Amino acid sequence: MNNNFLVDENKITELKLTAKNMRLNMLDMMKNAGANGAHIGGAYSACEVLACLYKGLLNINPASPLDPNRDRFILSKGHVALALYSALYEAGFITKEELFSFEENESHFGTHCSKYVEKGIELSSGSLGLGLSYGCGCAYMAKLNKQNYDTVVLVGDGECNEGSVWEAVQSCAKFKLDNLILVIDINKQCLDGFTENVMSIYDFDTIFKGFGWNVKSINGNNVKEVCEAFTTTPRNNKPTVLLSHTLKGFGLSLTENKTGWHHASLTQEQYDQAKAELEAK
Amino acid sequence: MEYNARNAMEWSRLSSRKVLGSVFCQLAQEKDFIVMVADVASSTSLGDFVSQYPERFINVGIAETNMVAMATGIAETGKNVFVMTFAPFASMRCFEAVRTYVGYMNANVKIIGLASGLSMGVGGNTHFGLEDVSLMRTIPGMTVVSPADCTETVKTIEKAMDFRGPMYIRLTGVNGNPIVYKDDYDFAIGKGNILREGERTLIIACGMCVNECNRAAKVLSKEGITPTVVDMHTIKPLDEELLHSLLKTHQNVVVAEEHTLIGGLGSAISEFITKNNYKNNLKCIGLPDKFGPVANYGYLQEYYGLNAKSIAVTVSNFVKENQ
Repeated sequence: MNNNFLVDENKITELKLTAKNMRLNMLDMMKNAGANGAHIGGAYSACEVLACLYKGLLNINPASPLDPNRDRFILSKGHVALALYSALYEAGFITKEELFSFEENESHFGTHCSKYVEKGIELSSGSLGLGLSYGCGCAYMAKLNKQNYDTVVLVGDGECNEGSVWEAVQSCAKFKLDNLILVIDINKQCLDGFTENVMSIYDFDTIFKGFGWNVKSINGNNVKEVCEAFTTTPRNNKPTVLLSHTLKGFGLSLTENKTGWHHASLTQEQYDQAKAELEAK
Repeated sequence: MEYNARNAMEWSRLSSRKVLGSVFCQLAQEKDFIVMVADVASSTSLGDFVSQYPERFINVGIAETNMVAMATGIAETGKNVFVMTFAPFASMRCFEAVRTYVGYMNANVKIIGLASGLSMGVGGNTHFGLEDVSLMRTIPGMTVVSPADCTETVKTIEKAMDFRGPMYIRLTGVNGNPIVYKDDYDFAIGKGNILREGERTLIIACGMCVNECNRAAKVLSKEGITPTVVDMHTIKPLDEELLHSLLKTHQNVVVAEEHTLIGGLGSAISEFITKNNYKNNLKCIGLPDKFGPVANYGYLQEYYGLNAKSIAVTVSNFVKENQ
């Protein structure tokens, strides 16, 4: 991670603005996608985490996307690819034209991520439950090759229903990957509604401690808390999980903590109101 | 690697999976690669490799899906990664990770399916590898290799060291595997080997069936049937050049494999014949679409008509039907 990252008032203002711009772009992407729709709920809940990572925390450079020493960001919850694309645009990896090719025929920027490292997309994801294993491989090799890069993996709380997540959780602890940070976007909803009604994981904190991880809980929609959590990650031979408590659809009254916005389309009226609300923030 | 009769005997004694430990040890002296297992290091005799090259060995425990997906993260850094577990788990338990992470991302990962086909014998259907070729063949960019004996297993591993991209290596047979290749020979991934040149009848096989077909051909020659026998170790991509040449000169084609008849080598040959409008007569020998009994390996080979004697009878009848 970027050790020189200073989280002062100016930076916090800048990151909030980045998150706002990402949300506005995502709203337009969703509107352009028409009936194809977009995963706006999970994209908005993870927006602050991505803004912080791509506007300062990650050691990445759009001029050298293949740098073997770059930090790896692994989006395991690949259905929120639009949030990653928005962050990649803010960080200078992709153009506005590429961003707005979202879900167009033959675009590389589909609903789910397709690996395109030159554009900052490290992984083909969308099949849930596998990204932490991939990140485990990246982090393992950094240790083996004595490289200083870090690996950050973002999963959803619903995604943690997948058993393969827990296979990877064991591995990260066994291999003492203190260069890996797992972020669980706990927005408390999956496709069918609130996780407590579908399949709930009651106590991430206890479970991860039991697996031998460092555990930290944060408000994942607060850029200051997000930045401080990343910059104070302990390097104690244990991987770290950030339990990023968020609200699905955060930042927009139409979607915030409402069901039905996991994947949806916008009417013109909803779009107009949403755009006005976001611009006014 | 040294290919000679003495090593062929020794490798055969070990079996195609237990030969892996010494192969990796020898190749590690000149090649850079990582070996991952899901708690099968002892099943593959990796003890020496683990102690000599601990930094190149990863045991993820009984977690095959994690092993495959983690391997793709390791391969991303430029390493060639070999992952190993028993064939049904390598192909079925983690198939989606193989398809999406190894295949779709074109990862430099070699998946070794151990003890495939019927070789687990009394281990039973949970441990048989009867669908792995069908599954792996459907993944774009996946090379599928099924060596005929332990020497060819060693050759395949050696070639895989310099091969970039996804590969599934299907190992069949048990310890004391019959030897097909006693001496050194030319081996290339994607190039079938003609073991016996005959006329009119062509037998194509892979894995342990190669030896059985070779022996069947000897029996058949006494009846005046002189088949050409091909070791089609690479099931995908098929050696199309060889097939074009042989299908034009051999009207009767028999394919033998220790695999379900749905989707394996026989299907691949059938698809090739159809696609190219050949009119050859085709007979596929393999396992029916039905779960079968649990029994020792030799018993099962006979039960499914996959030993030399049964193959000879099938070929003989097939030739007579098509005279």
